[in-house]
Amino acid sequence: MSEGAMSADRVTRVDSAAAQAGAPLVEMRDIRIAFGGVHAVEDVTVDLYAGEVVGLVGGNGAGKSTLMRALSGAHPPDSGEILVDGQVVPITNPRDAKALGIETIYQTLALADNIDAAGNMFLGRELRTRIGALDDDAMESATRKVIGRLNPRFKAFKRSVMSLSGGQRQSVAIARAVHFNARILIMDEPTAALGPAETVQVRNLIKQLKSEGIGIFLISHDIHDVFDLSDRISVMLHGKLVGTVRKADVTTDEVLAMIIMGKLPSEVSEKDLAELHR
Amino acid sequence: MTEATGTVPESTREQAPRSLRGLLQALNLDTRLLGMVGALAVIWIGFQILSGLTGPKHDIFSGTFLTPVNLYNLAQQSVSVGIMATGMVLIIVSRNIDLSIGSILGLTGYTMAMVQVIWIPKSLGLGFDQPYTWIIALAIGIALGAAIGAFQGFLIAYGKVPAFIVTLGGLLVWRGLVFEEQQGQTISPLDKTFQLLGGSPTASLGDVASWILGVLACAGIVYTLIATRRKRRKYGFPVRPTWALAVLVALGCLAILGFVWIMNSYAWPPGLATQYAHDHGITQPPGGLQIATGIAYPVIILIGVTLVMTYITTRRRFGRYVFAIGGNPDAAELGGINVRRTIMLTFVLIGVLAAISGAVQSARLQAAVTSLGTQAELDVIAAAVIGGTSFSGGIGTIPGAVLGAVVMQSLRSGMLLLRVDSPIQDIVVGVVLVSAIAFDTYVRGRSAR
Repeated sequence: MSEGAMSADRVTRVDSAAAQAGAPLVEMRDIRIAFGGVHAVEDVTVDLYAGEVVGLVGGNGAGKSTLMRALSGAHPPDSGEILVDGQVVPITNPRDAKALGIETIYQTLALADNIDAAGNMFLGRELRTRIGALDDDAMESATRKVIGRLNPRFKAFKRSVMSLSGGQRQSVAIARAVHFNARILIMDEPTAALGPAETVQVRNLIKQLKSEGIGIFLISHDIHDVFDLSDRISVMLHGKLVGTVRKADVTTDEVLAMIIMGKLPSEVSEKDLAELHR
Repeated sequence: MTEATGTVPESTREQAPRSLRGLLQALNLDTRLLGMVGALAVIWIGFQILSGLTGPKHDIFSGTFLTPVNLYNLAQQSVSVGIMATGMVLIIVSRNIDLSIGSILGLTGYTMAMVQVIWIPKSLGLGFDQPYTWIIALAIGIALGAAIGAFQGFLIAYGKVPAFIVTLGGLLVWRGLVFEEQQGQTISPLDKTFQLLGGSPTASLGDVASWILGVLACAGIVYTLIATRRKRRKYGFPVRPTWALAVLVALGCLAILGFVWIMNSYAWPPGLATQYAHDHGITQPPGGLQIATGIAYPVIILIGVTLVMTYITTRRRFGRYVFAIGGNPDAAELGGINVRRTIMLTFVLIGVLAAISGAVQSARLQAAVTSLGTQAELDVIAAAVIGGTSFSGGIGTIPGAVLGAVVMQSLRSGMLLLRVDSPIQDIVVGVVLVSAIAFDTYVRGRSAR
């Protein structure tokens, strides 16, 4: 009874949001993912509009990455539905997600260490010659262009990515995600392995992609990163969604209260804020 | 690692080399492969000297290892292990293992013999030595190898049963089926055309065709290198300096033509030549009829398999995926690769290769025996690993594995020449295998730092 009322309430809310700004690019509704008996993600609903950055924050084990793995096809949800452009889409593996224009930069980068930059950038989507052989030169050429723009100092195009630095490896992972005309980009801790200069580059890239109308889910531990770059912020705690807020409406303290205490800004008392700063 | 991948830093473009390392970098050759060629040279020269010292003349110049007849036999004996080693590379690169190939070789070889000795001539009553017999037998053998590989590969890739266990079971099951098929009898004589697959002086190309093949191969090298270079130029990528290109072409052609020359230097054994002269009404010149043998048919099969497998491995998506899976299975999956289908296909491929080896081995024996291919899996795995295939996955080359097979066979053949007892041979091969890998691991660990 109460469950029915809750989901009805949620649908109304989503509908009213959609009515305000057209259909969202992505909606994930009532997503549930369990590992064994543990609910990693429980009834989470988030959405993302074109040209928008939604920051996904929460402590370790809050379920942010798991939720995004459902969208990228790496781990299909146990229940719930995913809508792209208002249509329910089946995403059962990474190929499905890529076909829908969903690209992901994983926290682990997901690079094949024994293969070079071009091989990784085109992994699963290799360019081929007329007889179906790998067109390594065409792939290297495209890779040189894309990575050259992201990271002009990158030169090691013929080496396996194993021997590259953290920043260079990150460049390869980002190049892979942006080269294929992504409409939806998932970035899981994109600056974690980077130095200050490279971090600035990634931030500028995010702003540029956003201006091109790409929707971005940004997972980050760094509350300042999220505050600088996001339009809205969704906070997760223990696998559940605490809430989604517009960045313009909240302070960092209020978001911290959501992350740590699981309390919405309206529920936070002076005493709670004092507790945060203690 | 940097050394191993043989990259050309852009700074070395069009400069004269200042050191051996600079020379190797400019040539852009696989230094590991070069190291193996060096090791092979040491083994060959070692056996040449030892066979001279232990021979009747007791000096270092009368060795019998580096003689056309011995090298001809060495090439032929390397074929069976070499063919399967090319498939084992892909299996090990994708972090699996196949222990069943010796038994698959046995079962497919035995079945092909049954087809040509019993089923076609007797069961169907069509008689022996029909023109189509050999190809039907071969097709059935290859189909059987592919089916067995697909079955095992399915259990491994889709059933998630460890490859070690599935193929260990296969090792027992397929060998058991060999005995069940015909109560362990030896099946012979094989079809006359089929026997050509095994190679012998009469089942070789002869000198003219061998030279033509050699020249074509040289033309192939020149064409490939120049086409690659032109394409890289078009994209404005760094290329090898011109002199390095010329050196590469010269080395490649020298190796090929040298090989042809040695194979052609082996003349038919006198008995066979006399028989041939008699059959064709030729009067023998004094000193006997000299007929150049040329490259044996099975050696051509091995060369063909090596080329095809190298192409599949380096130029096709399938090969790229196998290496990506070996390098990082999760990344391969997240990249949208169908990991399970790819893994299954590697086992289909090695099943087919085991069947081809089964054809070569039974044709060479001119019969199928129940022990056909016993313990072949050990030699094949050793060849792949000596050839630079890494058990941690993601690293290995097809030419390396074939060279590994030649190294293994050289050790065995050389020790046979020195009349070393079979148990001692096993001990030496075992020690060499472990030392080679230990040395390689040590070198790799240092260059990774």
